[in-house]
Amino acid sequence: MATVPPKPDRPISPHLGHYRMGPAMLTSIVHRITGDGLAVVGGLLFTWWLAALAGGKESYDYFLSWFTGPSWNVLGYIVGVGLTFTLFQHMMSGIRHLVLDTGAGYELKTNRTGAILTFVGATVLTILFWGLLLKDVIFAGAK
Amino acid sequence: MGDGTELGRVRGLGSAQEGAHHWWRQRVTAGSNLFFLVWFMISLTRLGGFDYASIHQWISSAWVAVPLIMLVISTCWHARLGLQVLIEDYQEDEGRVMWLLVAEYFLAIIAVTAIFSILKAALVVAAVAGPTAA
Repeated sequence: MATVPPKPDRPISPHLGHYRMGPAMLTSIVHRITGDGLAVVGGLLFTWWLAALAGGKESYDYFLSWFTGPSWNVLGYIVGVGLTFTLFQHMMSGIRHLVLDTGAGYELKTNRTGAILTFVGATVLTILFWGLLLKDVIFAGAK
Repeated sequence: MGDGTELGRVRGLGSAQEGAHHWWRQRVTAGSNLFFLVWFMISLTRLGGFDYASIHQWISSAWVAVPLIMLVISTCWHARLGLQVLIEDYQEDEGRVMWLLVAEYFLAIIAVTAIFSILKAALVVAAVAGPTAA
């Protein structure tokens, strides 16, 4: 918390601009963005949902009207799918971090594969989640 | 008390006064987040509807309200730790104190509002249904 004293010109730690972007680096950045995004946007929407529910039917219907219905349907899917993918990506990447915390998975190939798998896992889970949510709609459309 | 040994410092007796507390809490809440969010996301797929009546009935069960409150505490704590890292990494001057307070208050408000809302939604239905059912 102390004031940072002015530093002489010394070589600084290599930062984002100095490395070639790879899966591990991308996962790390995305973990931070998704985490802080969930903390702010996710926290606000989740609490709005609960507060609207506590407020009664009228306030809950007002909440729903923002994300459903003929005119706002698109916003609902963008926010809904976006937020679920963000959550699953942070979750998969978080599991990877817990594994890395044990000291495992730092070999180049393993590390790279793990990083790619977080995106694969998050995509699969998002599709699975929305498939389950919308299965009636999907099957009704197939009939 | 600590005499400056390495163990003492790790236990929170060093100059930072907190040792690995932040790091460890982040991992502990990560574990509980994983547990409660897996439950939450599976629950959402099994609801069958997101209308007021469905959600109200769902949340009035103790098996839903209690884990949901745990989820709020766990995620808000984790979010507070995560935002702290973000602020400490990018805000280098004294402005970070202000941003840390903003993060702290923001998540406190989010957590208390969410918990109160869960309790209200869960208990009001019980209070209304209680006497009439008896």
